[in-house]
Amino acid sequence: MKSICFYFQVHQPFRLRTYRFFDIGRNHFYYDEYFNRMIMRRIAEKSYLPMNAILLEQIKEFGAKFKVSFSISGIAIEQMELYAPEVLDSFRALVNTGQVEILAETYAHSLSSLKNPEEFKLQVAAHTAKIQEVFGVTPTSFRNTELIYSDAIGAQVADMGFKVMLTEGAKHVLGWKSPNFMYVNAINPKLKVLLRNFRMSDDIAFRFSQQSWPEWPVTTEKFVGWLNNINPKEEVLNIFLDYETFGEHQWASTGIFDFMKKLPAAILSKTEYNFATPAELAEKLQPVSAIQVPYPISWADEERDLTAWRGNNMQDEAFERLYDLAERVNQSDDEDLKRDWNYLQSSDHFYFICTKWFSDGDVHKYFNHYPSPYEAYINYMNVLADFTIRVNEKSPSTKVMMDELLEKGAKLGKEIGKTAADQLQKTAKSIEERFRKSEKQIKPAFDDLVELSDAKIKKLIKDLEAEDLVIALKDAKEELVEKVLPNLSKSARKSFDEAKEKAGRTTKTQVNKMRSAIEEKMRELF
Amino acid sequence: MFGWEFPPHITGGLGTACFGLTKGLAKHNVDIIFVVPKAYGDESEEAVRIVNASDVSVDIEKEESKNYWERVQYMEIGSNIIPYVGPEQFEILQEEQRKVTETFKSPVFSQKYEFSGKYGANLMEEVARYALVGSAVATKHDFDIIHAHDWLTYSAGIAAKETTGKPLVVHMHATEFDRSGENINSDVYAIERRGMEVADRVITVSNLTKKIVIEKYGIDPKKIFTVHNAVEPVDKSDLTLPGKQVKEKVVTFLGRITFQKGPEYFVEAARKILKQDDNIRFVMAGTGDLMNKMILRVAQLRIGHKFHFTGFLKGDDVDKMFAMTDVFVMPSISEPFGIVPLEAMRSNVPVVISKQSGVAEILKHALKVDFWDVDGMADAIYGLCHYDALSETFIKYGKEEVDNLKWEHAAFHVKKVYDSVFL
Repeated sequence: MKSICFYFQVHQPFRLRTYRFFDIGRNHFYYDEYFNRMIMRRIAEKSYLPMNAILLEQIKEFGAKFKVSFSISGIAIEQMELYAPEVLDSFRALVNTGQVEILAETYAHSLSSLKNPEEFKLQVAAHTAKIQEVFGVTPTSFRNTELIYSDAIGAQVADMGFKVMLTEGAKHVLGWKSPNFMYVNAINPKLKVLLRNFRMSDDIAFRFSQQSWPEWPVTTEKFVGWLNNINPKEEVLNIFLDYETFGEHQWASTGIFDFMKKLPAAILSKTEYNFATPAELAEKLQPVSAIQVPYPISWADEERDLTAWRGNNMQDEAFERLYDLAERVNQSDDEDLKRDWNYLQSSDHFYFICTKWFSDGDVHKYFNHYPSPYEAYINYMNVLADFTIRVNEKSPSTKVMMDELLEKGAKLGKEIGKTAADQLQKTAKSIEERFRKSEKQIKPAFDDLVELSDAKIKKLIKDLEAEDLVIALKDAKEELVEKVLPNLSKSARKSFDEAKEKAGRTTKTQVNKMRSAIEEKMRELF
Repeated sequence: MFGWEFPPHITGGLGTACFGLTKGLAKHNVDIIFVVPKAYGDESEEAVRIVNASDVSVDIEKEESKNYWERVQYMEIGSNIIPYVGPEQFEILQEEQRKVTETFKSPVFSQKYEFSGKYGANLMEEVARYALVGSAVATKHDFDIIHAHDWLTYSAGIAAKETTGKPLVVHMHATEFDRSGENINSDVYAIERRGMEVADRVITVSNLTKKIVIEKYGIDPKKIFTVHNAVEPVDKSDLTLPGKQVKEKVVTFLGRITFQKGPEYFVEAARKILKQDDNIRFVMAGTGDLMNKMILRVAQLRIGHKFHFTGFLKGDDVDKMFAMTDVFVMPSISEPFGIVPLEAMRSNVPVVISKQSGVAEILKHALKVDFWDVDGMADAIYGLCHYDALSETFIKYGKEEVDNLKWEHAAFHVKKVYDSVFL
């Protein structure tokens, strides 16, 4: 039994309004609400709602035999919430049947995988959270923006725990190999890789209404015939499409809806194919080999490369300037900043700056509101300039921080210098003060004479008049007197004794005065 | 006086200059009949009487008219080589193209001819037809002297001179070499040359232009007089401008983004400065055939985060732009005069101008560099951005200087030229 896998991409960016130089630093609203609402309403009515109704009908009719898968970017979900909640309800109804797998991708439909692995991881986590919140399921299969894939990106996706990833079956990667098998990542074989059959996918996406094409018109009979012509050994046919193919790129008048209504029955009754989702295929199919993709591929344009988003200097500059801000935005917890950061990352903004218009103009012009890629670049860069100013305010760059730090450091240095000087002066003053105080305290008292060495006492009393000494020692402590007197020379002792004899009444004041005089002398000794 | 446009319906400096000059002449008691290809009715007639060429009927049965028309028919040329085609013109070109086809069905020999007064596809036809009107106007009005502004009106001037024998003064606001570099349109060159040869006096807006007129057109220097342009003092005090909203210094280029204006040198100077100093934003205001090339160059140099394009600025936006500007740069490779720096100075913006501009001959308070000297230009811009004393000086004296450049003075010299014819 062989499998056919239908996968549809659903994404709409928040398109930017005309944002002029004069708005920079003044006006922080970047989006053309009217235009975004108009487009979402239009696609909802022309494409999403009728096609969802058809799919639901088919699932009701064929039950578990009919399955499809979707990826819906976080930003597309936000726009449905804002402008077309009934579309979200119809997707919920599909998911609730259990026959519809929702794939993981980046929240913003961003190109972060090409530049910043950290941001890539954050975006995938944010998207998974949104899917859980809206649909109550946790994706296990992954598809990157515009099916961008390389060995390195695949390895990173494997690290995030996904089992299978979808990408383009690009001719220059496959060579002689067929896309109709299961492959694995060249770095981490745990990640299975499903490749888009671009020929048969584009038969529906681009050639369905192309009357110059010999195979036109595409009927279910023809399509079933092609399926039956595929090499019977091949195991899977991957039809990956923009969901807007139904009703927008191919208008209802082309018969696309009728074709899709009849296709499941025709496939189930007239071919050996059954319908499967990527997660089921990852369980069921054994890989045939690793797929080598050293340089990133995508499903865009004839080249299946990145030149639709990274093909000229304008795109490269816009892209690099944006991701220069990644680290700082992610450090910030400002909600508005994070929202705009998300919206500005959508790959579409870079697509609008593409100058390959002449070869792939039709697709590129689709939903493009800019008259030329130059205008798209100017407008995006103006918005980015304002956004950068906000990022700098909220979360300054290292350089700005360093400058500020240096400036503040210098200020602080001066401040510290000044404070230190003040403090020093204060301290010096207070020490001086204390010294003066303590000086008073340690001012030697007369009684301290007891403590002095004999030599010092001798020195002290040497020049003292005997009469004065008598006064000083009047009523002094016994031990003091005994300490002092032996230090007197013989003659001095004699004078002392004589003076004592002669001494009449001595007033307290006199005593104190004399003692003070001696104390003064004592200080000189210290 | 024959002009091609008159405020408020102008696309470049020509209309502004004519307006200023006529007002100045009025102060010297000169009466003016001003003929424009298409009058919209809201032109200021404070100094002149506007004659709408579209309203002038021409007697096409006259033999001379017919002869004249046959003579000029061959001058029909395509328009895309003609400069001065603004974005507005581009948009209506297609429409005009259709109109031309229609008018050709009904021959141009109608009594009245509806001029567009633009610089579109059928420009040469209009120029020729305007000449026819020139002689008609000349016979209907009384005047002493004919004054024709720029090549578009020279044929009319010549026709009027031939019809009336009155003296003709042609006014060279720009030469074909200024507009197209060396790849000149030979028809335009021929008209310019013939106009100057026939004219009794030639007025050039700068000595630079005078030199070109002598060297490349071989005109007799004795009849050439330089009269520098001036600028209208405008009281903008009642206008509330938002001022600057970005913290960086803003350096502005304002003009058509064409080869002649030297936009490349501005981009290269920006690159040099941004390598040193990230705190400056550059703005290129205007549009032109080199705009996309400039955008690509800016992206290639990775300076798009600090280099902005505004597209064509209208009316108040120009004043808004000046109000946000810290330094104005005019790096023109060849600029007969260059009135925008004067407008910048009037709005208190210091200017860097190329030495290859006529205005450099009269301005003292402006930094002058050779257009090719990117280093010099970068230095000048950097200096004005960072050395406040320098910019303050330029602002103060520049404003004074410009306020003294009055059309009244320029008109005085023009009147002297008129008088010299009758001496």
